Amino acid sequence: MARQAGRTGRGFRGRATVPYLMLLPYTLVFAVFIVIPLLAAVVLSFTSFNMLQVPRFNGLTNYVRLLFDDDVFLIAVRNTLVFAFLTGPVGYILSFLFAWFINDMGTRLRTLLTLVFYAPSLAGNVYFIWMFIFSGDTYGFINSRLMMLGIIKEPIQWLSDVRYNLWIVVLVILWLSMGTGFLAFVAGLQTLNQELFEAGSIDGVRNRFQELFYITLPQMTPQLLFGAVLTIASSFAVGYQSMSLTGFPSTDYSTHTVVLHILDFGFIRYEMGYASAVAVVLFISVLVVWKLINTGLRRLGGDL
Amino acid sequence: MAIQLKARVSRSIGGNLTVFIFLLLAGVFMVLPLVYIVVNSFKPINELFLYPPRFFVRRPTFDNFLELFQLSQSTWVPFYRYLFNSLFIAGGGTVLYIFIASMAGFVLAKYRLPGIALYVQVVIWAMLFRPEVMGIPQYIIITKLGLLNTYLAVILPAVASSLGVFMMRQFMTTIYDSLLDAARIDGAGDFGIYWRVAMPMVKPAWLTLTVFTFQGLWNMAGVQYIYDESMKPLPYMLSQVVSVGIARAGAGAAVGLFLMLPPILIFVFAQRSVILTMAHTGIKE
Repeated sequence: MARQAGRTGRGFRGRATVPYLMLLPYTLVFAVFIVIPLLAAVVLSFTSFNMLQVPRFNGLTNYVRLLFDDDVFLIAVRNTLVFAFLTGPVGYILSFLFAWFINDMGTRLRTLLTLVFYAPSLAGNVYFIWMFIFSGDTYGFINSRLMMLGIIKEPIQWLSDVRYNLWIVVLVILWLSMGTGFLAFVAGLQTLNQELFEAGSIDGVRNRFQELFYITLPQMTPQLLFGAVLTIASSFAVGYQSMSLTGFPSTDYSTHTVVLHILDFGFIRYEMGYASAVAVVLFISVLVVWKLINTGLRRLGGDL
Repeated sequence: MAIQLKARVSRSIGGNLTVFIFLLLAGVFMVLPLVYIVVNSFKPINELFLYPPRFFVRRPTFDNFLELFQLSQSTWVPFYRYLFNSLFIAGGGTVLYIFIASMAGFVLAKYRLPGIALYVQVVIWAMLFRPEVMGIPQYIIITKLGLLNTYLAVILPAVASSLGVFMMRQFMTTIYDSLLDAARIDGAGDFGIYWRVAMPMVKPAWLTLTVFTFQGLWNMAGVQYIYDESMKPLPYMLSQVVSVGIARAGAGAAVGLFLMLPPILIFVFAQRSVILTMAHTGIKE
C-alpha cells in the first residue's frame, strides 16, 4: 500500500476529478471488453443461447452435460492439462535458465542472444514453418533427412499420427515460449544487487547453483511472479497453434484443447451457453493455479 | 565479438563451457526455423520441390513474391489491401493503446485515490486471461455493439489488455514525486504533468509498449470479426496461402517474411529501452 505511492512514499497529491477522468478511457474499454465478457460468460453459462433468440435459463444443464455427457470435453481437458504441464513449467524454467545463462555473457553477446531467443515469439504467426519441417510426405524436411540417414523407410505422418502430433505441438509451443516473461527475467537479472554476490562469495558460495538458490532467486520474486502470470495465461490458452499445425478437428481429437472446444461450440455450433460454461471452467482453473503458484513463489522469496 | 565472462568464484571453466555449448545449441534451434522461412522465400520453384530438400538456397529469385502478388490479386484482393489493413490496425491500435494505457498507468502509479489498490490488483488478475480464452464472450459483446466487420472489432479487445497498463504503472512509480510536485507549483494541471513531465521521462516504457502492442496487433488474423475480404489483415492471408500445403511453400514463406520482419526490426531498434523497462515490471503487490 505504501509502496504504490512512489519512491518518496508520501504520494503525489492532486484533486480527484481530473485523475479519475484520465483513468476513464482505459476503464471503459477494460470494462466492456474484459470485465463484462467474463461476467457475461458466467451468466450465460446457466442458459441456452444461440445469439438469435433471448437466452433461456436452464440451470446447471450445461455443467452437467460437460461433466457427464461430453467425452470430447474430457479429452480436451486432458490435452489442455498435458499442454499446460508440459509447456508451462518447462517453458517457464527454460526461459529463466536461458536468461540466467545469457546474463553471464558480455553486453554485445547478451544483446544478440536475447534477440535470438525472443525472435520466435516476436515473429508470431510464422510458426506455420514447422508444418513444412514436419510435413508428412517425403519432401518434409525431417522425413527426408531421416530417410536419407536410413533411420526410417516410409515417411512419418508427424502431424496427423496420434503418436507424434501432440509432441510436435509441445515442441512448437516451447519454441514460442521465450516471450515477455523471458525479457523480464533478462532485465531483472541485470539489476540485481551486485554487493550481495560479493558478500556471498565471501560467505562461502562456491558454485553457480548455490549462488542461484541463495542469492539470485530470492531477489527475483517480483519478476518470477510476473513471468508466472504470463506463463499460466498462455499455457491454458493453447489451441490455435495446434489447430494450425494439426488441423481442426485433429485426428481422434488428439490435440483438441479446451480453447478449441469453446471455439467449436461457440463459432461453429452457436451454442453460446454451453461454450460459456466451458469458458467458465477454464477461467476458474486459471485462477486456482495462479493462487497456488503465487503462494509458492512468495514463499520462495522469503518475506512479503 | 569478444566473449567476456564475468570472473567470479562461483563460475568454473567447465561450467562456463557447458553453458556456452547449451546456449549455442538452443540458439541454433531457435533461429533455424526463422532462417528457413527467409531462405525458402527466395528459392526458385525447382529448389522448393527438390528431393531431398536442401536447407539453403542456391539461386535466389523474387519469383515467390511475384507469385504471391499475382495469387493475391487474382484469387482475393490485391496484396497491398492486406498490408494496408494490417498497418492500419497495428499502427492505429498501438497509438491509441499507448495513450490510454499510459494515462491510466500514471494515475495508478501516482495518485492515492480510493479504490486504486483494488484497481491495480484487478489489472494483475486480468493478465491471466488471454484473448483466446475470452473469444466467445468477447465475440458476443462485439456483435451486440455492432462492431462486427470493422477494424475496431480487432483493435478494441487488444486495447483492453491490462499488460501495458501494468507495465506503464510499474515504470511510472519510479518517477520522483518531488518532480511532479515542482511541476504542480509551476502551475501545471494533472493532465499537463502527465503529458509534459511524466511521459518524456518514461520514454523507454512507451517504446517497449510500442513493440509489444504492434507485435500483438500485427499478428491478429481477426477471422471471426472481419468478413469483408478487402478489410482482412495479412495474417489471415497467410493462413489462406499455407492452407493449400506444400504447393504454396514459396508464397507462404514470402508472406511469412513480410509478417516477421516489422516486429523484429522494431524490437532491434528498441531493445535497450525494452530491457530497461522490463526490469521494473515485477509484481510486488
